[in-house]
Amino acid sequence: MGFQPMGRVEMIGVRRRSSRDFNRRRRPCITPQNMGWKPMLHSLLPTAASVLSDHMDWHLIIAAVIKIVVFVFLVTLPMVAMSVWAERRVSAAIQDRVGPNRVGPFGLLQAVADGIKFLLKEDFTPAHVNKFYFWLAPALTMVPALLTCAVIPFGSRLFDEKMVIADLDVGPLFVFAIASLSVYGIVLAGWSSNSKYSFLGGVRSTSQMISYEISLGLSIVPLIMIYGELNLGRIVQEQALNGWALLPLWGEGLSVKGFILAVPIFISFIIFMTSMFAETNRLPFDLPECETELVAGYHTEYSSMKFALFFLGEYAAMIIGSGLAVTLFLGGWSLPFGWLAPESVDAAVPWWHGLIHIGVYFTKVIALIIFFIVIRWTLPRFRYDQLMRLGWVFFFEIALANVVITAILLAIFK
Amino acid sequence: MTFLFYLFSALALMGGIGVVVNRNPVSAAFSMVISFLGLAALFIQLDAFLVGILQILVYAGAIMVLFLFIIMLLDVREEEKRRRPLVNIIGAGGVTLGFIALVISVLSRSDVGKATIPALTEVEGPGTSDVHQIGELLFSTYWFPVQIVGVLLLVATVGVVVLSKKELK
Repeated sequence: MGFQPMGRVEMIGVRRRSSRDFNRRRRPCITPQNMGWKPMLHSLLPTAASVLSDHMDWHLIIAAVIKIVVFVFLVTLPMVAMSVWAERRVSAAIQDRVGPNRVGPFGLLQAVADGIKFLLKEDFTPAHVNKFYFWLAPALTMVPALLTCAVIPFGSRLFDEKMVIADLDVGPLFVFAIASLSVYGIVLAGWSSNSKYSFLGGVRSTSQMISYEISLGLSIVPLIMIYGELNLGRIVQEQALNGWALLPLWGEGLSVKGFILAVPIFISFIIFMTSMFAETNRLPFDLPECETELVAGYHTEYSSMKFALFFLGEYAAMIIGSGLAVTLFLGGWSLPFGWLAPESVDAAVPWWHGLIHIGVYFTKVIALIIFFIVIRWTLPRFRYDQLMRLGWVFFFEIALANVVITAILLAIFK
Repeated sequence: MTFLFYLFSALALMGGIGVVVNRNPVSAAFSMVISFLGLAALFIQLDAFLVGILQILVYAGAIMVLFLFIIMLLDVREEEKRRRPLVNIIGAGGVTLGFIALVISVLSRSDVGKATIPALTEVEGPGTSDVHQIGELLFSTYWFPVQIVGVLLLVATVGVVVLSKKELK
Protein backbone atom coordinates (compact mmCIF):
# COMPACT_ATOMS: atom_id res chain seq x y z
CA MET A 1 0.00 0.00 0.00
CA GLY A 2 1.06 3.55 -0.61
CA PHE A 3 1.75 4.50 2.97
CA GLN A 4 4.27 1.87 3.94
CA PRO A 5 7.67 2.00 2.31
CA MET A 6 8.25 -1.68 1.64
CA GLY A 7 11.48 -3.33 0.62
CA ARG A 8 11.63 -4.44 -3.01
CA VAL A 9 12.60 -8.03 -2.13
CA GLU A 10 9.49 -8.54 -0.06
CA MET A 11 7.22 -7.25 -2.81
CA ILE A 12 8.68 -9.54 -5.44
CA GLY A 13 8.21 -12.50 -3.11
CA VAL A 14 4.57 -11.65 -2.66
CA ARG A 15 3.96 -11.31 -6.35
CA ARG A 16 5.56 -14.68 -7.16
CA ARG A 17 3.55 -16.49 -4.54
CA SER A 18 0.26 -15.08 -5.72
CA SER A 19 0.89 -15.99 -9.37
CA ARG A 20 1.73 -19.57 -8.39
CA ASP A 21 -1.49 -19.82 -6.40
CA PHE A 22 -3.31 -18.51 -9.40
CA ASN A 23 -1.99 -21.27 -11.66
CA ARG A 24 -2.67 -24.02 -9.18
CA ARG A 25 -6.23 -22.95 -8.46
CA ARG A 26 -7.48 -22.37 -11.97
CA ARG A 27 -9.91 -25.06 -13.13
CA PRO A 28 -10.11 -25.02 -16.92
CA CYS A 29 -13.21 -27.21 -17.54
CA ILE A 30 -15.63 -25.55 -15.13
CA THR A 31 -18.36 -23.48 -16.73
CA PRO A 32 -20.34 -20.85 -14.88
CA GLN A 33 -23.46 -23.06 -15.11
CA ASN A 34 -22.25 -26.16 -13.30
CA MET A 35 -20.05 -24.69 -10.63
CA GLY A 36 -21.18 -23.54 -7.21
CA TRP A 37 -20.27 -20.27 -5.64
CA LYS A 38 -17.24 -21.69 -3.84
CA PRO A 39 -15.16 -22.87 -6.80
CA MET A 40 -16.26 -19.79 -8.67
CA LEU A 41 -14.95 -17.67 -5.83
CA HIS A 42 -11.69 -19.61 -5.89
CA SER A 43 -11.21 -19.07 -9.57
CA LEU A 44 -12.20 -15.44 -9.38
CA LEU A 45 -10.35 -14.32 -6.27
CA PRO A 46 -6.75 -14.94 -7.39
CA THR A 47 -7.49 -13.32 -10.74
CA ALA A 48 -8.95 -10.24 -9.14
CA ALA A 49 -6.10 -10.19 -6.66
CA SER A 50 -3.42 -10.45 -9.31
CA VAL A 51 -5.07 -7.76 -11.42
CA LEU A 52 -5.62 -5.37 -8.56
CA SER A 53 -2.32 -5.79 -6.85
CA ASP A 54 1.02 -6.86 -8.13
CA HIS A 55 2.66 -5.66 -4.96
CA MET A 56 -0.07 -5.57 -2.33
CA ASP A 57 0.71 -7.15 0.99
CA TRP A 58 -2.52 -8.74 2.14
CA HIS A 59 -1.49 -9.03 5.76
CA LEU A 60 -0.83 -5.28 5.83
CA ILE A 61 -4.16 -4.49 4.20
CA ILE A 62 -6.21 -6.69 6.52
CA ALA A 63 -4.44 -5.32 9.61
CA ALA A 64 -4.99 -1.77 8.37
CA VAL A 65 -8.68 -2.39 7.68
CA ILE A 66 -9.19 -3.87 11.17
CA LYS A 67 -7.38 -0.92 12.76
CA ILE A 68 -9.40 1.59 10.72
CA VAL A 69 -12.72 -0.05 11.56
CA VAL A 70 -11.97 -0.42 15.27
CA PHE A 71 -10.12 2.83 15.94
CA VAL A 72 -12.05 5.19 13.65
CA PHE A 73 -15.54 3.74 13.46
CA LEU A 74 -15.93 1.84 16.71
CA VAL A 75 -13.97 4.15 19.03
CA THR A 76 -13.55 7.67 17.62
CA LEU A 77 -17.08 8.06 16.21
CA PRO A 78 -18.79 6.93 19.45
CA MET A 79 -16.37 9.22 21.29
CA VAL A 80 -17.67 12.08 19.15
CA ALA A 81 -21.21 11.26 20.20
CA MET A 82 -20.22 10.85 23.84
CA SER A 83 -18.33 14.15 23.88
CA VAL A 84 -21.55 15.90 22.83
CA TRP A 85 -23.16 14.31 25.89
CA ALA A 86 -20.13 15.26 28.05
CA GLU A 87 -20.33 18.82 26.74
CA ARG A 88 -23.95 19.11 27.83
CA ARG A 89 -23.37 17.51 31.23
CA VAL A 90 -20.25 19.57 32.02
CA SER A 91 -21.87 22.80 30.86
CA ALA A 92 -24.88 21.95 33.03
CA ALA A 93 -22.62 21.34 36.03
CA ILE A 94 -20.83 24.65 35.43
CA GLN A 95 -24.12 26.54 35.15
CA ASP A 96 -25.65 24.72 38.12
CA ARG A 97 -28.21 22.83 36.02
CA VAL A 98 -28.85 19.10 35.70
CA GLY A 99 -28.34 18.50 31.99
CA PRO A 100 -29.56 15.48 30.00
CA ASN A 101 -30.13 12.71 32.56
CA ARG A 102 -33.27 10.90 31.34
CA VAL A 103 -32.16 8.55 28.54
CA GLY A 104 -30.33 5.60 30.06
CA PRO A 105 -28.12 5.74 33.16
CA PHE A 106 -26.81 9.32 33.74
CA GLY A 107 -28.36 10.19 30.38
CA LEU A 108 -25.57 8.23 28.65
CA LEU A 109 -27.88 7.14 25.83
CA GLN A 110 -28.78 10.76 25.06
CA ALA A 111 -26.29 10.60 22.17
CA VAL A 112 -28.23 7.69 20.62
CA ALA A 113 -31.51 9.58 21.00
CA ASP A 114 -29.94 12.67 19.40
CA GLY A 115 -28.59 10.58 16.54
CA ILE A 116 -32.00 9.03 15.84
CA LYS A 117 -33.59 12.46 16.00
CA PHE A 118 -31.11 13.85 13.47
CA LEU A 119 -31.68 10.94 11.10
CA LEU A 120 -35.48 11.13 11.27
CA LYS A 121 -35.91 14.90 10.90
CA GLU A 122 -36.85 16.29 7.52
CA ASP A 123 -33.77 16.84 5.38
CA PHE A 124 -34.70 20.19 3.91
CA THR A 125 -32.74 21.72 1.04
CA PRO A 126 -33.68 25.38 0.48
CA ALA A 127 -34.53 26.36 -3.09
CA HIS A 128 -31.97 29.15 -3.37
CA VAL A 129 -28.86 27.07 -2.70
CA ASN A 130 -26.25 25.65 -5.05
CA LYS A 131 -27.31 22.02 -4.58
CA PHE A 132 -24.10 20.20 -5.48
CA TYR A 133 -21.87 22.10 -3.07
CA PHE A 134 -24.62 22.32 -0.47
CA TRP A 135 -24.63 18.51 -0.30
CA LEU A 136 -20.89 18.15 -0.59
CA ALA A 137 -19.92 20.60 2.19
CA PRO A 138 -21.00 18.59 5.28
CA ALA A 139 -19.06 15.55 4.06
CA LEU A 140 -16.01 17.73 3.45
CA THR A 141 -15.95 18.86 7.07
CA MET A 142 -16.37 15.35 8.47
CA VAL A 143 -14.02 13.36 6.24
CA PRO A 144 -10.74 15.26 6.82
CA ALA A 145 -11.30 15.14 10.57
CA LEU A 146 -11.54 11.34 10.44
CA LEU A 147 -8.69 10.99 7.90
CA THR A 148 -6.23 12.54 10.32
CA CYS A 149 -6.78 9.58 12.68
CA ALA A 150 -4.53 7.62 10.32
CA VAL A 151 -1.17 8.76 11.67
CA ILE A 152 -1.86 9.16 15.40
CA PRO A 153 -0.37 6.29 17.43
CA PHE A 154 -3.08 5.20 19.86
CA GLY A 155 -1.02 2.45 21.51
CA SER A 156 2.39 0.81 21.42
CA ARG A 157 1.92 -2.69 20.04
CA LEU A 158 -0.79 -5.29 20.37
CA PHE A 159 -0.15 -8.86 19.17
CA ASP A 160 3.01 -7.62 17.43
CA GLU A 161 1.03 -5.09 15.41
CA LYS A 162 1.84 -1.37 15.63
CA MET A 163 -1.14 0.51 17.02
CA VAL A 164 -1.15 3.18 14.36
CA ILE A 165 -2.99 2.93 11.05
CA ALA A 166 -0.24 4.43 8.86
CA ASP A 167 3.23 4.74 10.39
CA LEU A 168 4.22 7.75 8.30
CA ASP A 169 7.54 9.56 8.60
CA VAL A 170 5.78 12.89 8.15
CA GLY A 171 3.10 12.43 10.83
CA PRO A 172 2.45 15.99 12.08
CA LEU A 173 2.71 17.39 8.55
CA PHE A 174 0.12 14.87 7.37
CA VAL A 175 -2.26 15.95 10.14
CA PHE A 176 -1.86 19.63 9.24
CA ALA A 177 -2.19 18.94 5.52
CA ILE A 178 -5.42 17.00 5.87
CA ALA A 179 -6.81 19.32 8.55
CA SER A 180 -6.21 22.29 6.26
CA LEU A 181 -8.58 20.63 3.76
CA SER A 182 -11.45 20.86 6.23
CA VAL A 183 -11.65 24.60 5.45
CA TYR A 184 -13.27 23.68 2.14
CA GLY A 185 -16.34 22.24 3.83
CA ILE A 186 -16.94 25.48 5.69
CA VAL A 187 -16.14 27.75 2.74
CA LEU A 188 -18.40 25.83 0.41
CA ALA A 189 -21.18 25.60 2.99
CA GLY A 190 -21.08 29.35 3.50
CA TRP A 191 -20.96 30.11 -0.20
CA SER A 192 -23.45 27.54 -1.51
CA SER A 193 -26.10 28.40 1.10
CA ASN A 194 -26.57 31.71 -0.68
CA SER A 195 -27.55 33.53 2.47
CA LYS A 196 -25.78 36.44 4.10
CA TYR A 197 -25.36 34.86 7.54
CA SER A 198 -23.91 31.68 6.10
CA PHE A 199 -21.65 33.67 3.84
CA LEU A 200 -20.30 35.87 6.62
CA GLY A 201 -19.75 32.79 8.76
CA GLY A 202 -17.86 31.10 5.93
CA VAL A 203 -15.67 34.15 5.30
CA ARG A 204 -14.88 34.55 8.99
CA SER A 205 -14.07 30.89 9.38
CA THR A 206 -11.76 30.79 6.38
CA SER A 207 -9.68 33.75 7.45
CA GLN A 208 -9.58 32.49 11.01
CA MET A 209 -8.43 29.01 10.05
CA ILE A 210 -5.81 30.26 7.61
CA SER A 211 -4.44 32.67 10.23
CA TYR A 212 -4.17 30.13 13.00
CA GLU A 213 -2.78 27.36 10.81
CA ILE A 214 0.45 29.34 10.68
CA SER A 215 0.96 29.60 14.42
CA LEU A 216 -0.22 26.00 14.80
CA GLY A 217 2.44 24.79 12.39
CA LEU A 218 5.17 27.01 13.83
CA SER A 219 4.34 26.04 17.42
CA ILE A 220 5.43 22.43 16.97
CA VAL A 221 8.69 23.27 15.17
CA PRO A 222 10.68 23.60 18.47
CA LEU A 223 9.40 20.19 19.52
CA ILE A 224 10.46 18.61 16.24
CA MET A 225 13.86 20.30 16.53
CA ILE A 226 14.35 18.82 19.99
CA TYR A 227 13.33 15.31 18.98
CA GLY A 228 14.89 15.47 15.52
CA GLU A 229 12.03 13.29 14.31
CA LEU A 230 8.77 13.60 12.38
CA ASN A 231 7.50 10.10 13.04
CA LEU A 232 4.87 10.34 15.77
CA GLY A 233 5.46 6.75 16.91
CA ARG A 234 9.15 7.38 17.55
CA ILE A 235 8.39 10.73 19.23
CA VAL A 236 6.12 8.93 21.70
CA GLN A 237 8.71 6.19 22.24
CA GLU A 238 11.32 8.83 23.04
CA GLN A 239 8.96 10.45 25.54
CA ALA A 240 8.14 7.10 27.15
CA LEU A 241 11.82 6.53 27.93
CA ASN A 242 13.12 10.04 28.57
CA GLY A 243 10.25 12.03 30.00
CA TRP A 244 7.18 13.56 28.42
CA ALA A 245 7.78 16.83 26.62
CA LEU A 246 5.96 18.76 29.32
CA LEU A 247 7.05 16.54 32.23
CA PRO A 248 10.76 15.67 31.90
CA LEU A 249 11.09 13.90 35.25
CA TRP A 250 12.77 10.61 34.32
CA GLY A 251 15.40 9.15 31.98
CA GLU A 252 17.53 11.65 30.10
CA GLY A 253 14.88 14.30 30.65
CA LEU A 254 15.90 14.55 34.30
CA SER A 255 18.75 16.97 33.66
CA VAL A 256 19.45 20.69 33.38
CA LYS A 257 19.01 20.44 29.61
CA GLY A 258 15.65 18.71 29.99
CA PHE A 259 14.31 21.33 32.40
CA ILE A 260 15.51 24.30 30.36
CA LEU A 261 14.13 22.88 27.13
CA ALA A 262 10.78 22.37 28.87
CA VAL A 263 10.33 26.18 28.84
CA PRO A 264 10.08 26.60 25.03
CA ILE A 265 8.01 23.42 24.93
CA PHE A 266 5.57 24.91 27.40
CA ILE A 267 5.28 28.08 25.27
CA SER A 268 4.69 25.80 22.26
CA PHE A 269 2.00 23.95 24.14
CA ILE A 270 0.11 27.16 25.00
CA ILE A 271 0.26 28.36 21.39
CA PHE A 272 -0.67 24.92 20.07
CA MET A 273 -3.71 24.53 22.32
CA THR A 274 -5.00 28.06 21.69
CA SER A 275 -4.57 27.66 17.94
CA MET A 276 -6.37 24.34 18.18
CA PHE A 277 -9.35 26.12 19.76
CA ALA A 278 -9.35 28.55 16.84
CA GLU A 279 -8.92 25.79 14.25
CA THR A 280 -11.84 23.79 15.60
CA ASN A 281 -14.02 26.93 15.80
CA ARG A 282 -14.74 26.49 19.47
CA LEU A 283 -15.35 29.12 22.07
CA PRO A 284 -13.67 31.50 22.85
CA PHE A 285 -13.01 31.59 19.09
CA ASP A 286 -16.35 30.41 17.70
CA LEU A 287 -16.95 33.56 15.65
CA PRO A 288 -17.87 31.65 12.46
CA GLU A 289 -21.03 30.39 14.15
CA CYS A 290 -21.46 33.17 16.65
CA GLU A 291 -25.15 32.93 17.55
CA THR A 292 -25.66 36.51 18.65
CA GLU A 293 -24.50 37.94 15.33
CA LEU A 294 -24.81 35.31 12.63
CA VAL A 295 -27.78 33.06 13.63
CA ALA A 296 -25.67 29.89 13.27
CA GLY A 297 -22.96 30.98 10.85
CA TYR A 298 -22.09 28.74 7.93
CA HIS A 299 -24.62 26.04 8.83
CA THR A 300 -27.64 28.33 9.20
CA GLU A 301 -29.41 26.78 6.20
CA TYR A 302 -28.69 23.18 7.11
CA SER A 303 -31.04 20.75 8.79
CA SER A 304 -31.23 17.11 9.82
CA MET A 305 -28.25 14.84 9.21
CA LYS A 306 -26.36 17.42 7.14
CA PHE A 307 -26.37 19.74 10.13
CA ALA A 308 -25.35 16.82 12.35
CA LEU A 309 -22.34 16.17 10.12
CA PHE A 310 -21.05 19.71 10.73
CA PHE A 311 -21.59 19.18 14.41
CA LEU A 312 -19.82 15.81 14.40
CA GLY A 313 -17.02 17.20 12.25
CA GLU A 314 -16.35 19.91 14.84
CA TYR A 315 -16.20 17.38 17.67
CA ALA A 316 -14.13 14.92 15.64
CA ALA A 317 -11.63 17.71 14.93
CA MET A 318 -11.54 18.43 18.65
CA ILE A 319 -10.83 14.78 19.46
CA ILE A 320 -8.08 14.53 16.86
CA GLY A 321 -6.62 17.81 18.08
CA SER A 322 -6.55 16.45 21.61
CA GLY A 323 -4.98 13.25 20.28
CA LEU A 324 -2.23 15.23 18.54
CA ALA A 325 -1.61 17.36 21.64
CA VAL A 326 -1.40 14.23 23.79
CA THR A 327 0.95 12.57 21.30
CA LEU A 328 3.28 15.54 20.95
CA PHE A 329 3.32 17.04 24.43
CA LEU A 330 1.94 14.56 26.95
CA GLY A 331 3.68 11.33 26.05
CA GLY A 332 0.99 9.71 23.90
CA TRP A 333 0.24 6.18 25.07
CA SER A 334 3.10 6.05 27.60
CA LEU A 335 2.75 5.87 31.35
CA PRO A 336 4.74 8.38 33.45
CA PHE A 337 8.19 7.54 34.92
CA GLY A 338 8.91 5.00 32.21
CA TRP A 339 6.57 2.39 33.70
CA LEU A 340 5.89 -0.48 31.28
CA ALA A 341 7.74 1.40 28.55
CA PRO A 342 9.04 -0.78 25.68
CA GLU A 343 12.77 -0.46 25.00
CA SER A 344 12.42 0.64 21.38
CA VAL A 345 9.81 1.12 18.67
CA ASP A 346 10.39 -2.41 17.38
CA ALA A 347 10.64 -4.16 20.76
CA ALA A 348 8.07 -6.82 21.55
CA VAL A 349 5.33 -5.71 23.95
CA PRO A 350 3.23 -8.16 26.01
CA TRP A 351 -0.42 -7.95 25.04
CA TRP A 352 -1.58 -6.63 28.39
CA HIS A 353 1.02 -3.84 28.24
CA GLY A 354 -0.38 -3.03 24.81
CA LEU A 355 -3.92 -2.86 26.20
CA ILE A 356 -2.79 -0.64 29.09
CA HIS A 357 -1.05 1.70 26.62
CA ILE A 358 -4.23 2.02 24.57
CA GLY A 359 -6.19 2.72 27.77
CA VAL A 360 -3.64 5.37 28.82
CA TYR A 361 -3.89 7.10 25.45
CA PHE A 362 -7.67 7.33 25.58
CA THR A 363 -7.64 8.45 29.22
CA LYS A 364 -5.36 11.34 28.31
CA VAL A 365 -7.46 12.25 25.27
CA ILE A 366 -10.67 12.24 27.31
CA ALA A 367 -9.02 14.45 29.95
CA LEU A 368 -8.04 16.96 27.24
CA ILE A 369 -11.55 16.86 25.73
CA ILE A 370 -12.98 17.75 29.13
CA PHE A 371 -10.43 20.57 29.30
CA PHE A 372 -11.70 21.81 25.91
CA ILE A 373 -15.27 21.68 27.20
CA VAL A 374 -14.52 23.46 30.48
CA ILE A 375 -12.72 26.26 28.61
CA ARG A 376 -15.71 26.66 26.30
CA TRP A 377 -18.08 27.23 29.21
CA THR A 378 -15.67 29.45 31.14
CA LEU A 379 -14.41 32.11 28.75
CA PRO A 380 -16.44 34.73 26.88
CA ARG A 381 -16.16 35.09 23.10
CA PHE A 382 -13.42 37.22 21.56
CA ARG A 383 -14.21 40.09 19.21
CA TYR A 384 -13.23 39.41 15.61
CA ASP A 385 -10.46 42.02 15.38
CA GLN A 386 -9.08 40.82 18.71
CA LEU A 387 -9.00 37.29 17.36
CA MET A 388 -7.11 38.28 14.23
CA ARG A 389 -4.69 40.45 16.21
CA LEU A 390 -4.04 37.63 18.67
CA GLY A 391 -3.25 35.27 15.80
CA TRP A 392 -1.11 37.51 13.61
CA VAL A 393 0.50 39.97 16.01
CA PHE A 394 1.06 37.86 19.12
CA PHE A 395 1.05 34.12 18.44
CA PHE A 396 2.82 34.29 15.11
CA GLU A 397 5.71 36.35 16.55
CA ILE A 398 5.92 34.36 19.78
CA ALA A 399 6.00 31.09 17.86
CA LEU A 400 8.73 32.44 15.57
CA ALA A 401 10.80 33.72 18.51
CA ASN A 402 10.27 30.38 20.22
CA VAL A 403 11.84 28.57 17.27
CA VAL A 404 14.91 30.83 17.43
CA ILE A 405 15.22 30.48 21.22
CA THR A 406 14.99 26.69 20.98
CA ALA A 407 17.69 26.66 18.31
CA ILE A 408 19.99 28.75 20.54
CA LEU A 409 19.30 26.55 23.57
CA LEU A 410 19.95 23.41 21.53
CA ALA A 411 23.23 24.87 20.32
CA ILE A 412 24.29 25.70 23.92
CA PHE A 413 23.30 22.34 25.41
CA LYS A 414 24.60 20.19 22.61
CA MET B 1 0.15 -0.52 -7.42
CA THR B 2 -0.31 0.13 -11.13
CA PHE B 3 -4.05 0.11 -10.45
CA LEU B 4 -3.60 2.91 -7.89
CA PHE B 5 -1.38 4.80 -10.31
CA TYR B 6 -4.09 4.80 -12.98
CA LEU B 7 -6.75 5.71 -10.43
CA PHE B 8 -4.91 8.78 -9.17
CA SER B 9 -3.67 9.85 -12.61
CA ALA B 10 -7.27 9.72 -13.79
CA LEU B 11 -8.27 11.82 -10.77
CA ALA B 12 -5.56 14.39 -11.47
CA LEU B 13 -6.44 14.56 -15.19
CA MET B 14 -10.18 14.80 -14.55
CA GLY B 15 -9.53 17.63 -12.12
CA GLY B 16 -7.37 19.36 -14.71
CA ILE B 17 -10.06 19.04 -17.39
CA GLY B 18 -12.61 20.29 -14.87
CA VAL B 19 -10.60 23.47 -14.31
CA VAL B 20 -10.82 24.31 -18.01
CA VAL B 21 -14.34 23.11 -18.78
CA ASN B 22 -16.28 24.41 -15.78
CA ARG B 23 -17.97 27.77 -16.31
CA ASN B 24 -18.54 28.30 -12.61
CA PRO B 25 -15.30 29.69 -11.09
CA VAL B 26 -15.93 27.92 -7.78
CA SER B 27 -16.28 24.58 -9.58
CA ALA B 28 -13.10 25.31 -11.53
CA ALA B 29 -11.16 26.11 -8.36
CA PHE B 30 -12.52 23.01 -6.69
CA SER B 31 -11.52 20.84 -9.67
CA MET B 32 -8.03 22.22 -9.27
CA VAL B 33 -7.99 21.05 -5.64
CA ILE B 34 -9.01 17.57 -6.79
CA SER B 35 -6.24 17.62 -9.37
CA PHE B 36 -3.72 18.57 -6.66
CA LEU B 37 -4.94 15.72 -4.46
CA GLY B 38 -4.44 13.23 -7.30
CA LEU B 39 -0.98 14.64 -7.91
CA ALA B 40 -0.08 14.35 -4.21
CA ALA B 41 -1.16 10.71 -4.23
CA LEU B 42 1.13 10.09 -7.22
CA PHE B 43 4.05 11.64 -5.33
CA ILE B 44 3.32 9.44 -2.33
CA GLN B 45 3.27 6.39 -4.59
CA LEU B 46 6.82 7.28 -5.61
CA ASP B 47 7.83 7.10 -1.90
CA ALA B 48 8.19 10.89 -1.90
CA PHE B 49 6.06 11.42 1.19
CA LEU B 50 7.32 14.91 2.00
CA VAL B 51 6.69 16.25 -1.49
CA GLY B 52 3.20 14.71 -1.55
CA ILE B 53 2.24 16.07 1.83
CA LEU B 54 3.63 19.53 0.99
CA GLN B 55 1.61 19.46 -2.22
CA ILE B 56 -1.56 19.11 -0.14
CA LEU B 57 -0.45 21.41 2.67
CA VAL B 58 0.72 24.30 0.52
CA TYR B 59 -1.29 24.11 -2.69
CA ALA B 60 -4.55 22.39 -1.79
CA GLY B 61 -4.71 23.60 1.80
CA ALA B 62 -3.45 27.17 1.61
CA ILE B 63 -3.21 28.62 -1.89
CA MET B 64 -6.44 27.22 -3.27
CA VAL B 65 -8.32 28.24 -0.12
CA LEU B 66 -7.23 31.83 -0.80
CA PHE B 67 -8.33 31.46 -4.44
CA LEU B 68 -11.77 30.22 -3.36
CA PHE B 69 -11.93 32.98 -0.77
CA ILE B 70 -11.45 35.64 -3.45
CA ILE B 71 -13.76 33.95 -5.94
CA MET B 72 -16.50 33.82 -3.32
CA LEU B 73 -16.39 37.59 -3.06
CA LEU B 74 -16.94 38.00 -6.82
CA ASP B 75 -20.21 37.78 -8.66
CA VAL B 76 -20.17 34.25 -10.04
CA ARG B 77 -23.37 34.54 -12.10
CA GLU B 78 -21.87 37.18 -14.36
CA GLU B 79 -18.96 34.93 -15.17
CA GLU B 80 -21.31 32.04 -15.96
CA LYS B 81 -23.26 34.13 -18.46
CA ARG B 82 -20.30 35.65 -20.25
CA ARG B 83 -20.01 34.65 -23.92
CA ARG B 84 -16.63 33.62 -25.26
CA PRO B 85 -15.67 35.10 -28.65
CA LEU B 86 -14.53 32.73 -31.38
CA VAL B 87 -11.10 34.38 -31.59
CA ASN B 88 -10.40 33.48 -27.98
CA ILE B 89 -11.39 29.85 -28.48
CA ILE B 90 -9.24 29.50 -31.59
CA GLY B 91 -6.31 31.19 -29.87
CA ALA B 92 -6.59 28.95 -26.83
CA GLY B 93 -6.86 25.86 -29.03
CA GLY B 94 -3.75 26.90 -30.97
CA VAL B 95 -1.72 27.44 -27.80
CA THR B 96 -2.86 24.08 -26.39
CA LEU B 97 -2.00 22.18 -29.55
CA GLY B 98 1.40 23.86 -29.72
CA PHE B 99 2.14 22.96 -26.13
CA ILE B 100 1.08 19.34 -26.62
CA ALA B 101 3.32 19.11 -29.71
CA LEU B 102 6.20 20.55 -27.70
CA VAL B 103 5.77 18.09 -24.84
CA ILE B 104 5.49 15.11 -27.19
CA SER B 105 8.57 16.12 -29.17
CA VAL B 106 10.63 16.59 -25.99
CA LEU B 107 9.46 13.31 -24.41
CA SER B 108 10.01 11.27 -27.56
CA ARG B 109 13.65 12.41 -27.72
CA SER B 110 14.54 11.86 -24.08
CA ASP B 111 14.72 8.53 -22.23
CA VAL B 112 13.11 9.73 -19.03
CA GLY B 113 10.60 6.91 -18.85
CA LYS B 114 13.12 4.17 -19.64
CA ALA B 115 15.71 4.83 -16.97
CA THR B 116 15.29 2.72 -13.82
CA ILE B 117 15.80 4.63 -10.64
CA PRO B 118 16.45 2.74 -7.38
CA ALA B 119 13.77 3.05 -4.70
CA LEU B 120 14.39 5.69 -2.05
CA THR B 121 14.52 3.02 0.64
CA GLU B 122 17.39 1.31 -1.18
CA VAL B 123 19.56 4.38 -1.60
CA GLU B 124 20.32 4.94 2.07
CA GLY B 125 19.14 1.63 3.44
CA PRO B 126 15.95 1.03 5.39
CA GLY B 127 15.08 3.33 8.28
CA THR B 128 16.01 6.61 6.63
CA SER B 129 12.98 8.44 5.38
CA ASP B 130 12.84 10.79 2.44
CA VAL B 131 12.42 13.63 4.95
CA HIS B 132 15.85 12.92 6.43
CA GLN B 133 17.43 12.72 3.01
CA ILE B 134 15.88 15.95 1.75
CA GLY B 135 16.79 17.69 5.00
CA GLU B 136 20.40 16.55 4.83
CA LEU B 137 20.74 17.69 1.22
CA LEU B 138 19.14 21.05 1.97
CA PHE B 139 21.43 21.77 4.89
CA SER B 140 24.66 20.46 3.38
CA THR B 141 24.88 20.81 -0.41
CA TYR B 142 22.25 23.51 -0.80
CA TRP B 143 22.73 25.40 2.46
CA PHE B 144 23.38 28.76 0.81
CA PRO B 145 20.23 28.93 -1.37
CA VAL B 146 18.20 27.70 1.62
CA GLN B 147 19.55 30.52 3.78
CA ILE B 148 18.82 33.11 1.10
CA VAL B 149 15.27 31.87 0.57
CA GLY B 150 14.71 31.66 4.32
CA VAL B 151 15.82 35.25 4.90
CA LEU B 152 13.68 36.40 1.97
CA LEU B 153 10.58 34.70 3.34
CA LEU B 154 11.24 35.96 6.85
CA VAL B 155 11.57 39.53 5.59
CA ALA B 156 8.34 39.16 3.63
CA THR B 157 6.37 37.77 6.58
CA VAL B 158 7.72 40.33 9.04
CA GLY B 159 6.99 43.04 6.49
CA VAL B 160 3.38 41.90 6.15
CA VAL B 161 2.91 41.95 9.91
CA VAL B 162 4.45 45.43 10.21
CA LEU B 163 2.27 46.78 7.40
CA SER B 164 -0.91 45.35 8.87
CA LYS B 165 0.00 46.73 12.29
CA LYS B 166 0.25 50.24 10.82
CA GLU B 167 -3.17 49.94 9.26
CA LEU B 168 -4.74 49.11 12.60
CA LYS B 169 -3.81 52.58 13.91
